[in-house]
Amino acid sequence: MDLILEGIKEAIRLLVTLDREVLGITWLSLEVSGLATIISLFIGISFGTMVALTRFPGRRLIVSIINTGMGVPPVVVGLFVSILLWRNGPLGMLELLYTPTAIVIAQAVIATPIVAGISLASIQKLPEALRLQILSLGATRFQMVRMLIREARLPLLAAVMAGFGGVISEVGASIMVGGNIKGYTRVLTTATVMETGRGNFDIAIALGVILLILAFAVNAILTGIQQRERPR
Amino acid sequence: MSLNILEIRGLKVSRGGVRVLDIPELDIRAGEFLSIIGPNGTGKSTLLLSLAGLIRREQGEIFFHGKAVRNGAELLAFRRCLAMVFQEPLLFDTTVYDNVAAGLKIRGTNRAVIRPVVEEYLALFGIAHLSSRSARKISGGEAQRTSLARAFATDPEVIFLDEPFASLDPPTKESIIEDLGNAMRIKHTTAVMATHDRMDALRLSKRIAVMDGGRVVQIGPPGEVMHQPVNEAVAAFVGIETMLEGEVTGSSDGVLTVNINGTSVIATGEFDPGDKIICFIRPEHVTIFPGDHPSESSARNVFRGRIVKVQPIGLLYRIRINCGFFLNVHVTQQTMDDIPMEPGMHVLASFKATAVHVIRKA
Repeated sequence: MDLILEGIKEAIRLLVTLDREVLGITWLSLEVSGLATIISLFIGISFGTMVALTRFPGRRLIVSIINTGMGVPPVVVGLFVSILLWRNGPLGMLELLYTPTAIVIAQAVIATPIVAGISLASIQKLPEALRLQILSLGATRFQMVRMLIREARLPLLAAVMAGFGGVISEVGASIMVGGNIKGYTRVLTTATVMETGRGNFDIAIALGVILLILAFAVNAILTGIQQRERPR
Repeated sequence: MSLNILEIRGLKVSRGGVRVLDIPELDIRAGEFLSIIGPNGTGKSTLLLSLAGLIRREQGEIFFHGKAVRNGAELLAFRRCLAMVFQEPLLFDTTVYDNVAAGLKIRGTNRAVIRPVVEEYLALFGIAHLSSRSARKISGGEAQRTSLARAFATDPEVIFLDEPFASLDPPTKESIIEDLGNAMRIKHTTAVMATHDRMDALRLSKRIAVMDGGRVVQIGPPGEVMHQPVNEAVAAFVGIETMLEGEVTGSSDGVLTVNINGTSVIATGEFDPGDKIICFIRPEHVTIFPGDHPSESSARNVFRGRIVKVQPIGLLYRIRINCGFFLNVHVTQQTMDDIPMEPGMHVLASFKATAVHVIRKA
């Protein structure tokens, strides 16, 4: 019990004193996971919507792959991205391994199927005739897709939350492709793992609490938007 | 220049290898209100969606003001001259105002231009007071009014209505039909409505088309379709309950004598003795009297019969009489109060010769 209290005290001290290192780690976590989420939103919403609105042979297989992708272990993603970015790997010449960019790539790969899966489900849940109704109002195909996404915006916010929640909390991929380099690729999760390994429970708990606050804050903001958007 | 705003030639649509629509020819006249009636699953909605350029047709052409509509940019321009209202209001998750403005926003119309137009249509459909309300928080009738206002707001040349009243309660439906009729008159819009309710079709239509199995089997003014159906399927759908097969035994000056199951019935029509025919008689065209003494009725056809069945149908009663052939009659509650009718009772049934519509047996 003391351990936890001490940890929380330490966390508060680190936050209140604006510890440069902790702030740096927190900021990098936000930046990396935020960027990865934004990338996954572009790809995931486009792809999910496209699959939701078109009928083609093999569509069921694609849907199954997306759904499976929603639960892929970050470690596996870390492994594949590591292989791709390895010095002798296919994308080795980019020299991205052990950089924040590598973490963004890995996290985007993790979040994209989550966003795509939720987008697919949200768009599919709209009434079938809504598409025809929009076209009958004189919309181009592009306008129609934009309006459908707009209609599904509330469930799509859930996609943002799930995507961001998934990547801010993952550690496997970050540590494999980022390498937990101090002041460069060290994020909240990788730092927590390291401090715990060293037996520095107070700092580990402090980092864990910050992670929780961060995840909570982002979700609270998004939930706020979602609930305010709920029509009266 | 033709008077037809829309023309269909050789339209064929299939779903999963099954032909669901086969319309060799159909014209929509400028300014008319055409209803398409028929049982569920007979292709009414598919026809509407095809006419509105919303589903791909594998064969056939649509002519708008006499010009063929081709796919691509032309199709978009065509769709922008039309509007559609579905059974479900299908409103956007925003205010009533923004819903009505949707078509104009899609066209990139200037905000300042949109406002007076939207306000006009909100008022026309009696929903001005709901303007800033969320479209998710209004009643079904208000939602359908919003959907109609949204369709009219782009000033379409043709408006398509797919079972627009099917989800509404009767009083709401009445007042919406009135407002719709009003809007049609003011805006001179051409309308095509699909409905399974022949009464709705009768309320508004200049012409009625009856569909069966993906084909238009009859089209004409409401009176013609209701009283002179071309076949048994149409007859059944427009509410004709008595269909009698027989043979013409005499014909002079348009007056026919028809032998039905050994009984002679007088009808009108141009047929020759020996022709196999079917007689249609609407239930509301038959009158019945208790007892078996012919009264002073002017009707050419008076038959003795016995009631075999009495069945309440809404506000009326359906009475089935055996008078050598079976005849269905509708009577009001008032008649039933005066003369309680029961199975087994002897009655006289009469109908005019002109009440019998005769077609050749296929």
